[in-house]
Amino acid sequence: ELWLPEDVPAAAPAGFLQQLPSYQSALRRRAGGSREQRAGAQGAAGLRAAEPRGPEQHGGEPAARPAREQPLSIAEKRRLRDCQQADIKYLSGWKQWKRTSSKSFKKVLNEAKEFSSYLELWRRDIHSIEGKFGTGIQSYFSFLRFLVLLNFIIFLLMFSFVTLPSIISKYGIFNSSVAKILPKNIEPHCTVYKPSGNEGLVYFYTYLKDLLSGTGFLEVTSLFYGYYTIDAAWLSAMRYNLPLAYLLATFAYLALSLIWIIKRSVDGFKQNLVHGEDQFQSYCNKVFAGWDFCITDPNAARLKHRSLLYELQTDLEEERLKQKIADRTMKEKLHIYSLRICINIIVFAVLSGCFYSIYRATAFSQENSNDVSDTNFQPNLLVQYLPSIVITLANFIAPLIFSFLIRLEDYSPAFEIRLTLMRCVFVRLANIGVLLFSLWSHISGCATDKCKACGYNYELYPCWESEVGQEMYKLTIFDFIIILAVTLFLDFPRKLLVTHCSCKPVQWCGLREFGISDNVLEIVYGQTICWIGTFFSPLLPAIVTIKYFIIFYIKKISLMHTCKTAARPLRASSSNFFFLVVLLIGLVLAFIPLGISIAHISSSKACGPFRSFNTSWAVVPDTVSGFPAGLQQVLHGIASEAFAVPFFMVICLVMFYFIALAGAHKRVVEQLREQLVMESRDKLFLIRKITEAQRH
Amino acid sequence: MGGSASLLPREALSEFQELTFLSKQEILLAYKRFSALLPKEERVAVCSARVPKSQILTLPELRANPFQHRICHVFSTSEDGDDSMSFEDFLDMLSVFSDSATSDIKSHYAFRIFDFDDDGTLDRKDLEKLVNCLTGQGEESRLSNAEMEQLIRNILEESDIDKDGTINLSEFQHVISRSPDFASSFKIVL
Repeated sequence: ELWLPEDVPAAAPAGFLQQLPSYQSALRRRAGGSREQRAGAQGAAGLRAAEPRGPEQHGGEPAARPAREQPLSIAEKRRLRDCQQADIKYLSGWKQWKRTSSKSFKKVLNEAKEFSSYLELWRRDIHSIEGKFGTGIQSYFSFLRFLVLLNFIIFLLMFSFVTLPSIISKYGIFNSSVAKILPKNIEPHCTVYKPSGNEGLVYFYTYLKDLLSGTGFLEVTSLFYGYYTIDAAWLSAMRYNLPLAYLLATFAYLALSLIWIIKRSVDGFKQNLVHGEDQFQSYCNKVFAGWDFCITDPNAARLKHRSLLYELQTDLEEERLKQKIADRTMKEKLHIYSLRICINIIVFAVLSGCFYSIYRATAFSQENSNDVSDTNFQPNLLVQYLPSIVITLANFIAPLIFSFLIRLEDYSPAFEIRLTLMRCVFVRLANIGVLLFSLWSHISGCATDKCKACGYNYELYPCWESEVGQEMYKLTIFDFIIILAVTLFLDFPRKLLVTHCSCKPVQWCGLREFGISDNVLEIVYGQTICWIGTFFSPLLPAIVTIKYFIIFYIKKISLMHTCKTAARPLRASSSNFFFLVVLLIGLVLAFIPLGISIAHISSSKACGPFRSFNTSWAVVPDTVSGFPAGLQQVLHGIASEAFAVPFFMVICLVMFYFIALAGAHKRVVEQLREQLVMESRDKLFLIRKITEAQRH
Repeated sequence: MGGSASLLPREALSEFQELTFLSKQEILLAYKRFSALLPKEERVAVCSARVPKSQILTLPELRANPFQHRICHVFSTSEDGDDSMSFEDFLDMLSVFSDSATSDIKSHYAFRIFDFDDDGTLDRKDLEKLVNCLTGQGEESRLSNAEMEQLIRNILEESDIDKDGTINLSEFQHVISRSPDFASSFKIVL
């Protein structure tokens, strides 16, 4: 039962309620020029006196908050600041100095922030997109900008620690030199590697083919792993351990990506989850933060009104649906669950079909590309690109099948969207995994004893890391070509058709929708390939940076001219969270193949910096054994069980403590909420009693 | 711009930097846009001129905004009640809507903008008007009565902590602090 204010007679309570301390403090905070305050019962004189002293609530201590953080008009803030400055005279010398130094520090910080906002890439483009399409689509472009920066930083990392020292030492600049130590205890047949660098006269199209597939003249450049066949380097008399640097740079870029993504997702998600409600689906969020104040285009405003109406209606309907779902009979539930199991089996079958076709395509491509001679240009290129083509087809067909199947499963609309998205994410990322798995089974597939001595298939893949690098390179290039081709050859003709042909079916088809989730999955797929491929091809991040740079402009033009916005776009905050979660899944999925390559598969003995080691990881124990004895003992101790088990137990204890603390806080919050409700009821009850007493 | 336009004096510029959340560039841009709204004769004394509401609403940033009238009303310090804005009011508005304003300030002013009857609380009528602003101004773009009831009931359930049927400032600030979209949507940049 609710003690509504209307229950209480009108005249008296208005006066009472306006004299309450809580109401007065709200007015004080609003101390602007509103007329109602002058009419308030006894508040006026006390109010004006309270105004300049309002912020000073703790004895003589002046306000800690600077003037600009007060919700007042500029004239009042000026008065407040003058008061604060007058009060400074009464402070001790130390506090005065603290005040002035913190002020000048803040000024310097502001100047630095202003300067750095100039350096922000694409600020004006993103601002105009925001004005025309709202914050949901703008978050996609901000995400793209973040990836461009991330890839650029990764490129700088790999270039400065791996490529630059190699080039310096190979060309002998600054008196540097290079040493190639032939590995001992290795069969000589494993170390044979002769990449054909296109000597002599060749046809022009060979260069084009090499550019597209990473073979030929590209294979011997610093783009691929095979170039870094350096066992020791001296940069003007200082020894540079290139194998260790290569491995550590790999770990560094993975760690950097992980930390940066987590930092970004925490920044945008500063919520206290005491209540555990779904923050993105809350009605308050949709109503109070529903309108994008940055929209400047009346068309966009109309679209936004429509999408808000649609969203609110759908959510209200979904709530009514939940009631219906709870009322299902046993028979209906059985029917629904068995249907869902069937559909999940179909989904599983579709996924297996995709994986199997990718496996076969990779096997076919590997078998045939090593046999065909250079005279057959087109078939050879097609065979080389077969895995990429099959993956792209699978990435295109599978989501269509999933979005058809999900309708039969009878979930609530919000859950439908999420489940379809999760399935699409899984398909895209698992496809890469299957490709790599298929490659590895070929590389480590050993029949003869000679092969087993090397640890990998030395005949077909003398330098297998370069092969993997080439596959990743081909995937990147093909992905870029597809995005370009779809925009040029599908979107623009469609727009021309829709504007000039007015027959019914064409108009019903309409323009393509700018699907945020599809576009995001596309670029996360490209980024996962980059993360996996950078170990095998250190300059790949530079190519991906340029690729995403161009894709920004392609997508922007496509959005402005050929697409229409979806009826129900994702909200900005849930978009940001979703993008970063998918990116994180991609990064974690990239750890697995890299971990297996580095630690499990024998490194190639014919090329690369890890020739003299069993696996790429082996360079780390090797370096550690060169440390002084004390440090070695400490490191061995940290890696041993005697340290790990107590450490794990301490972490568990800390975690249990925080869980208990959170539970206790939750209980306290619930109690306080109940108390607030009771206080409010008490207040209204007392007012009622007082007015009744007044009447007698 | 022509010779009739005056420049913002430097002390005024640094004072505004100190009293608002705007950067120097933003203040100068605001000055330029505000002068453009004034008739030519008044452009010499920009800081003391007042622009009528109809002129302010021609700005592209406010033109398409369903809360345009409320915004002018809340930020105007006009004694006559005609919601005209001076340059300082304009800067105040841009400061609250800027990127660097604290979430406290934003939620405080959002509360005042959404409080259509200016009584210090958001009651059912305020919420109804708010939802109608969001969904559009036509008859066919409004929620039905039953849907509106359901929506307002849900909103009050989520945000009304003391269950008195209205949302006061603290409850509003509390629910906004847990709203992930607010910071990015409550923003106007010239």
